[in-house]
Amino acid sequence: MRREHFLLGLLAAVLLALPLALDRYQTSVLVLVFLAAYMGQAWNVMMGFAGLLSLGHALYLGLGAYVSAALFVHFGLSPLLGLFVAVLICVGVAMAIGALSFQFRIEGVYFALLTIAFAEVARIGFDHLKWTGGAGGFFLSVAGSQGQWWNLRGGPLFFYYVSLAMAAAAFALCVALRRSKLGYQWLAVREDAEAARAVGIDVTRARMSAVVVSAAMSALGGVAHVFYYNNVFSAQIFDMSRSIDIMLAPIIGGIGTLFGPILGAFILIPLGEALIHATQALGINAPGAKAVFFGLALMIIIFLAPSGIWPSLRKRLGIGEGKP
Amino acid sequence: MTLPLVLEVLIQGMLTGLIYGLMALGLSVIFGVVRVVNFAHGEFAVVGMYGAFILFTTLKIDPFIAMAPLAALFFVVGYGLQRSLVVHFIRRPDHEQFILLVGLAIVMVNGLLMIFGPDARHVDLPYSYDSWMLGPVLVDKVRAYAALAALGVAGALFAFFRYTQTGLAIRACADNLTGAAVVGLDIDKLYALTFGIGLACVGAAGALLVSIADVTPMLAPAFTLLAFTIVIIGGLGSMGGALLGGLVIGVAEALASIIIAPSMKTMVSFGLLVVILALRPQGLMGKRAA
Repeated sequence: MRREHFLLGLLAAVLLALPLALDRYQTSVLVLVFLAAYMGQAWNVMMGFAGLLSLGHALYLGLGAYVSAALFVHFGLSPLLGLFVAVLICVGVAMAIGALSFQFRIEGVYFALLTIAFAEVARIGFDHLKWTGGAGGFFLSVAGSQGQWWNLRGGPLFFYYVSLAMAAAAFALCVALRRSKLGYQWLAVREDAEAARAVGIDVTRARMSAVVVSAAMSALGGVAHVFYYNNVFSAQIFDMSRSIDIMLAPIIGGIGTLFGPILGAFILIPLGEALIHATQALGINAPGAKAVFFGLALMIIIFLAPSGIWPSLRKRLGIGEGKP
Repeated sequence: MTLPLVLEVLIQGMLTGLIYGLMALGLSVIFGVVRVVNFAHGEFAVVGMYGAFILFTTLKIDPFIAMAPLAALFFVVGYGLQRSLVVHFIRRPDHEQFILLVGLAIVMVNGLLMIFGPDARHVDLPYSYDSWMLGPVLVDKVRAYAALAALGVAGALFAFFRYTQTGLAIRACADNLTGAAVVGLDIDKLYALTFGIGLACVGAAGALLVSIADVTPMLAPAFTLLAFTIVIIGGLGSMGGALLGGLVIGVAEALASIIIAPSMKTMVSFGLLVVILALRPQGLMGKRAA
């Protein structure tokens, strides 16, 4: 057995058994870790693999959340079915944005800006959409549905395993994608789109598939998000700071690496929680202090180690993770 | 909707648009020369607004006067920022530059939140509510002064880039970096000057903005997006384009406010952005990239 398989198996075993040793709060922190790792993995497919910087990933998270919640509240449709609709809608939107961008050769900063613009449009749109509660937020009722796992109703422990499964599945998917023909095409396009085109890769198709995979994954993240929190506010879920939160874990862990988003989430989320407690104890504006800290972390990482923490840690652990 | 009302809104939109244009001009100058996209641009604008707000509430300095020291201070900050931080990123991949400046933006906006809190502050000038009657059309005095001041600063900048040695040297860097280095221009210094000039624009624009609008930290990301939208519509790197883009967006948002709803006005500018990106990606006044 190779070393990385052993370490990965160990990690999985520990995480499966861990809730036995955790209280409710600690469990809920790990839910956040897994969800961040999951969303980071989704973002990483676009930026890390295909080189497409999205600064508006909150769009797909929010759409997934709103669609599945609205179907559940208005029609009683289980999120396990609703997620297919959410994925379809997100894929449709992603293909429209992708078509617009690639058709008109919108790249680099223009592309990043376009992704923000669409997230902002969605934010304003849902602010005005009365069907999903408008600016006042959209709520799932908690009463009378305890234990309906098929409706994704449950507490932190339930969501611990849901989000753990999601993060694990996303990791496995990314490993498979990276080793697939498509994965190699993405890397080629990321490194040099012109050269990729010259060797016969359909650049537009490769990019479009990255956008679609990433959007579909993010939609599921949105479903989990809304059924975990039982509410969604357009001003928060589509906000640019949400998109930035999604990027944080993979950037800190290592853009384009497979384990980076997971490592980043394990570092960032507990650190953020600890910071909130510390600053609250000191009587400082805690959310502000946490965000300032994350902003600084972003600047320091990108300055000193632009490829993230995982690549150097990996060498120390003696693990090979394909070529990055 | 009567004709005088429409005219009033049009004029108001144009005046506001010129101030937006000055803010966007800073972004455009930095991008055009240094080729770095300042993702913290709106944040600097809001810091400028708070600067003018503090100078007004503590020392009773009118924002139209505070504009000058603020622009000077922002120039120094921009110069220092380029020399100390951004210079290391000039040759790095685009996304690393973005992430650096996004990080700076997060630090700035949340720092402002920690210091000032989320409440809106405003500057109450003695002539805040004065206006002129041009026939049946009402024009705010403050807004007109602010627009004139913005035009003045922009004009000075045009002159600087056209008639001074340094201005010409900076333009040489933008046109042909290798050539500029070959003839012995100090690129690092010129880049730092440019970044300083870009931030001076946004500092001055911030002082002007606080005379016509309330300031809260949460304006910052919206202003960053606004500046980008304007610059892309006008043409990234084109100075005249930034002012024209400001006018277009100012008028479009003002009209959208009365025709649709004030909260929907941002959607109209993003709609314009998408149309421009699709039909004329180099912007209204930009040169077609090779």
